[in-house]
Parts: sequence; structure tokens; C-alpha cells
Amino acid sequence: MSNPFSWIRPEPWGVQIVPANCWIDPGRAVDRALVTHGHADHARGGHGETIATPETLAIMALRYRTGIENGEGEIPSKATPVQYGETISLPGGVKASFVPAGHVLGSAQILLEHAGERVVITGDYKRRHDPTCAPFEVVPCDVFITEATFGLPVFVHPPIEQEIAKLLGVLAANPDQCVAVGAYALGKAQRVIAELRAAGHDQPIYLHGAMEKMCHLYEEHGVDLGKLRLITDADKDDMRGHIVVATPAALNDRWSRRLPDPITAMASGWMRVRGRARQRGVELPLIISDHADWNELIDTIEEVNPAETWITHGREEALLRWCELGQRKARALAMIGREEEGE
Amino acid sequence: MEEFAALLNALVYTTSRNRKLALIAAYLRETPDPDRGWALAALTGSVDFPAVKANTFRNLLKERVDPVLWTLSRDFVGDTAETASLLWPEGSASADKSPSIAEVVETLSALTRSSAPTELPKLLGRLDENGRFALIKFATGGMRIGVSARLAKTAFAQSFDVSVEEVEEYWHALEPPYAELFAWAADGGDPPDVTNRPMFRPFMLAHPLEEEELDLSDYAAEWKWDGIRVQLVRVNGETRLYSRSGDDISATFPELLDVLPIDAVVDGELMVRGSVQGGEAGGAASFNALQQRLGRKKVSKKMLAELPAFVRLYDILLLEGEDLRELGWEQRRTALETVMPRLPDSHFDLSQIVAARDFSHLAEIREGARQDAIEGLMLKRRDAPYIAGRKVGLWYKWKRDPLLVDCVLMYAQRGSGRRSSFYSDYTFGCWDGDPDAGAELLPVGKAYSGFTDAELKKLDKLVRQTTLNRFGPVREVERTLVFEVAFDSVHSSKRHKSGLAMRFPRIHRIRWDKPVHEADRLDNLRSLIRD
Repeated sequence: MSNPFSWIRPEPWGVQIVPANCWIDPGRAVDRALVTHGHADHARGGHGETIATPETLAIMALRYRTGIENGEGEIPSKATPVQYGETISLPGGVKASFVPAGHVLGSAQILLEHAGERVVITGDYKRRHDPTCAPFEVVPCDVFITEATFGLPVFVHPPIEQEIAKLLGVLAANPDQCVAVGAYALGKAQRVIAELRAAGHDQPIYLHGAMEKMCHLYEEHGVDLGKLRLITDADKDDMRGHIVVATPAALNDRWSRRLPDPITAMASGWMRVRGRARQRGVELPLIISDHADWNELIDTIEEVNPAETWITHGREEALLRWCELGQRKARALAMIGREEEGE
Repeated sequence: MEEFAALLNALVYTTSRNRKLALIAAYLRETPDPDRGWALAALTGSVDFPAVKANTFRNLLKERVDPVLWTLSRDFVGDTAETASLLWPEGSASADKSPSIAEVVETLSALTRSSAPTELPKLLGRLDENGRFALIKFATGGMRIGVSARLAKTAFAQSFDVSVEEVEEYWHALEPPYAELFAWAADGGDPPDVTNRPMFRPFMLAHPLEEEELDLSDYAAEWKWDGIRVQLVRVNGETRLYSRSGDDISATFPELLDVLPIDAVVDGELMVRGSVQGGEAGGAASFNALQQRLGRKKVSKKMLAELPAFVRLYDILLLEGEDLRELGWEQRRTALETVMPRLPDSHFDLSQIVAARDFSHLAEIREGARQDAIEGLMLKRRDAPYIAGRKVGLWYKWKRDPLLVDCVLMYAQRGSGRRSSFYSDYTFGCWDGDPDAGAELLPVGKAYSGFTDAELKKLDKLVRQTTLNRFGPVREVERTLVFEVAFDSVHSSKRHKSGLAMRFPRIHRIRWDKPVHEADRLDNLRSLIRD
């Protein structure tokens, strides 16, 4: 490999580690994949072998049967766990280590080392405290491949305590209604529930069916979520004065007709922008994100201080501009299949 | 400013009309003068600071934020005030507390184009993000938060338990921060003295005539012309033109501002010259033609020449200082007829009384109205005074029966508010030829009313089961269902692929039984165009 970093090749559907012939977060089925975390725009089923943290593999087993035997005693999709801090050897003289990314349970940055060069792929990450996952660690490297979901200076996430207090305030002020919080089933839902518990809210929280298994998985990994109940098991009137957590799609659909006078809330970094909240009919916007906000993105780049910054999915343009203004070498990678709204 | 900012934020996230009313009403009750008056002015779009424009803030931001980052952010957020409030650099916590609205008004009023760039940052520095958003909206006007002027006035009326008609009566004579209005409504003072001001008087309105037959010795009949209802007011030589909602539309129709030669308040239908309605020369053009002149703040000479406006008079409310509203309709009509020769016929004519032997004769005449593209008839009680609003038994509108056409459901969209999880807005089409010979459906209109809740549930289910494609909130459905659609009239339109636009389409009946190939063809609909 004569050119620097030519052993790492970004393609629209994933990042290829050329000498090892494997991929990071590929959007199509490959022989061998390293997966940063369990969200559907990064993890998918059908790889010959999936290398990820044990927590991410547990999530993928639930969603895609990764690592699970079929009826004939075979494991069509092999699962290879790697603990945080552990380093494995890949073919072609490439070493890979998994480092906490602070995004959701099991989420990792992947550090790749080859021919004296160090490349970090962040996957999705955040820098805030999150009681449901291990905190982000800064890893020095030559190439830093960063996400940019909230890569615009308008995105500044307020402290989560402030948003949780807002939610509890509205709940207390409307004892005859329920507050239905839209949150992604993996990560956001459990974090919101855990933060509510940390704020002293000990009432039962009602769950949309799509959340149930993932909440159990978090509990099995030592995250205490308190009293949880399923909406399907509840009387409409039982839910008055309580918090309901559902997938964002369910809130705007007829599913919501079973709730008692719901106040529609949404936990998302997009809620920083009024128009986004209004488009979705959100009455109570909660700016709660599992991604780095603008300040965290740029602070992290400064802290890591890489020779090159490569920017993946999100609003690459603004972060690219910021790098240019600071005379940092940077390039935007055109990645497909990373959902614009993906949180 | 903090309370006003909280109000704006709450309004942004509220879709229910009743909740919006309650929020504004509570704010108006709890906020002291003059801040609440300024807030009301902002909500009704009645504040203007000439030295402060959206561009003023844009330039301030571009001095503080990289212009490329500003543009990328503005494009994403879609609102200059919000982008500016989000990107304004948070300084060290200012020792000065958040300014009152009165203080903001004082500062903004004193600004010049050269002082604005140094004074505005001082104000912005004393506010948080919500406060900055509110300040910029307040300073530049145009709230765009889903609150109409009428809604804000209704909230004022609810807040102090007065009638909104009475509020309208005084509104246009008063200036922000409406001290006299609050003194009267909130503090039990005397009503504002509004004599000698060119103010709007709330309109008398009609109920639809349902099954009743009226005795024509008690009621007089007039045509219901298809324009916009207006009130032309002249006091002490100053003339204003008001729309039905009480908005001042003088600037839109400047040709009407110096043609009323006497102090008076008259009520009529504003139309543009043409030969469609009434079918005779010197008559009126269709509503379609008038529409090109609506909503403009400035009018070109070409527009004035090609689509000249005039008022067909229905009634007279005040004449040379005398209030005629207590008189019966017949007496006011006589007064109006007496005044007519003094008004220039270039800009005024009189809405003629429709003579009929009896009610069934009138019904025959009404049937003929379609030929002349007239909306229908008005029936007015001969002895009724001019009373604001809709009082039962005094005025009736008797629209001609709607036109009907069979259309095929093509697209459905989710509703809002109470219907937020239901597909309740329907786009339907007609065949552009013989459906058995490969003709296609072209959309001709959209309707979201005319069905019961039970029917809505059934329609919602059908939409979900027959979805072909999804485009955001819209679903394209299989062509399986025929609607009998009622509408008032149809006009040619360049905006639609079908080349026509319906007025007031609504679902008349759902034809669960009718095969789609028996729905109407575009030609049938085109033959009904009277432009």
C-alpha cells in the first residue's frame, strides 16, 4: 500500500477494509462485517460472519437472528463477539479494536490499525452521560471517520435533565390525559425511561408492543427501567396521568386511538427546529438525542485532532465548511441508506 | 418579553383552535398594560417598525456566523427568525434582565437604519433562544404561527367576556397598544369613542334557507352575487375598504378610495367588470377573474385597466353622520336608492330587487340563475334592522342547488386535529375519455367534508387496504370508489392538469355501489364552465 490510507475504501454502502476483505456497517449482505451498533441503518442480517460487541450481537440476534441456530443445527449467520477494549486480528495484517461510542447499548467506535496507520470509524456517537450505555472514549488516530447527523450549528442539545423536567411538568399539569412520547425502539426509549427513573418518576410507564423485547434486553444487561406495562394489557383509563412510550410512527397512526387524550411528545434532536416538530404534529417537543450535537462534533474533532477527517452520513457540508475554516484536511463520503431522520 | 415568548412557543405547538384561544386569553388576562396590548397587536399583524426588517437580522447574523454556515442553516430551518435566534452567539449571562415588550417597542420605534445594527444586539443579548425568536418575530411582523387576526380578537373577547362583534366594531378605529379597548373590556371603563373614525362595522350575515317557504310580503329577494362582500367607509373625507373579516383591503383596490363623494358606510359585493354574471354588458366577471386581484398589496396599472373593480350595493349603514342600522330594511333600501344618483356609476351600481309573484315563482327564477352564473338568491326580512352576525329569521341565503358529478377516488391524505390519524382529505378525478378505451383519470378536485364519522372510518379502512403508493402523508389508492361530488361552480384553471378548478367541492354521496368506469368524463365537467 503506497498511498496513505488506501487500505480503507469508502463505498456508498459501507467502508471496506481492503486487505482483510471485510466491511464496516455494510448496507448489503457480505461475507464478513464489523458492525458498530444495532440500528437498522448500520446493522442488517444475512452476513456470513458479524463481528461486534456482545450487546450489539444480542440486539442483532433479536432483530435478525444473527448467531442463532436454524432448524437444522446450523448457524447461517455467525456471530463473533469482541469486548470493549479488546483487539482482534483480521486477515492482511489489520488489527481492529472496539471502543465505546456512547450512542446506545453496545455501540462502538472501531479503531483499525494497519501499516502504522490508525483509522477510527465512530459509527453514531454522543458525548453526554447516558445511564444505558458506556461513555464515549477519545482515541487518537490519523483518520477520523465521523458521523454528522446534527452537523449544523443550529443543533445544540440542551441538558437532558431540562427536557425530562419539561416532560414531567406537562404530565403533572394534565392528570386526566396521557403523554405519549415518540422514541425509537432501540436506545432512545430506554434512555428516556432510565432518565425518568433517575429524576424520581416511579410510576408505571406504558409501552408500545414494539418496545417490549428491547426493554427486556436492556434490563438483562443491567439497565433498571422500573415498572413497565404493555398498552395492550391496560385499560384506557389506567393510562390517564401516565407516560406512554411508543415508536414515532405509531403516534400519528390509528394505533394512538387507544390512548386517553394523548399529548403528543417526541424525543429527538430534530425537535430543536419548530417546523420539524409541527410537521409531525408534535405538541411537546423534547430535544433528546443520542447523537453528538454541533458543538460536540467540532469539539471531538479538535480533541482527536486527526490528520484527516472524513465525514459520513448527515449534513456533511457544514462540518466540511467548518474544517475548511480551521484549515483541517477533510472530505465528505457519500453514504447511502443512512436515513435522514435516523436517530 | 419572556411571557410573550412562552405564549408564542405554546401556540406554535398547539393545533387545537380552542386551546389556542385559551392560551391567548389567559395571557391577555394575566399580562399588564401596555405589554398585552402590544402582544395583541403583534398577533393581529398590526405592528410595524420601518427601520427593522428581516434583512436587518440576517446582516447582523452574517457578521457573527460564517455566511456559508448561516445559509446552510437557514435552508434547513426554513424560517429566518428561528435560524437567527438559534445561531445568535450566547454571550456571558447579561446582568440586565429580559426587557418588557413596552421597552422593546420604545427601543425599536426609536431605531434608524444606522442605529439598528448597534442597538439590536443589546436587546438580543438580554434574551434566551425563545426570547430572541419572539423578539425577531415581533420586530419584523408576520408571525406565521397559525394564529389569524380573527382568532386573536376572538381570544380577546373570550378573555374579558365581551362579544367579538363589539371588539370588531372598535378595533379598526384604535391603535396599538389599544389602551381604550383594555380599559373598556378588562377594567369596566367606558367603551372607546370611535365617532369620526373610518372604522369597520361588523356585517349582517345570512342563514342558509333549508326547507322553509317564506311569504314574499315579509321578505324581499335579491341576487346573491359571486364576488367578495365588502364595506366601504367614508368619514370626514377619509375612505377605507374592509373585507368580510374586517381586514382593511384599501390598498388592494385603490380605485375605490376616492369615488365615494359623501360620508357614508355602504355594504355591497365587490366584483370586476365583465359579462359573465347577469350575462349583460356592464355586468360582472366571474369570481375566477376577481381572484386575480385578491391578496395583492400593490396593484399594477395593467391590473387596474384590465380588471377594474366596482361595488354592487346591497345596503347602507350610515349616511352623513346618521346611523341607519336601527331602521328596517325597506327604509334603508329607500335611503340607498335615494343616494344612488349621487354615486358615480363607473364604480357603483345597485343590486336589483328580484320581483316574483310568489315563492314558487321565485323558485323558478332561482333555477334560471345558473344560466347567468349567479350564486343564488338572498331573502331579507323587510322590517329587519341591520344587526351584526347571523340572527335567525332575518336574512336567508338560498343558493341554487349544487352541481353534481361522479368522480373516482385517487389519493387520500391524513387530516389534522380530531382527524389526525384518519385519511380524511380526498383527491378525486374524472376520465379524460372513454375508460373502456384506455382513458385515464385526471384529478379534478379535493374534498374533506360531506361524510359522517362512521363513513369516515369506512373510507379510512378502504384507503389503507387499497394503497398503491405512499408519498409522505399522501397515499395513492386503487381506483375502486366513486364519490358523487357536489360543487357550486367550475372554472378553467391553468394550475391543474385537468384544466379546471371546482368551487366548494364536497362529498355529496359515497357511491359504494357504482362501478368506476361509470364515473363522469372531463368533457361533462368542462361543459359546465362559465368563465
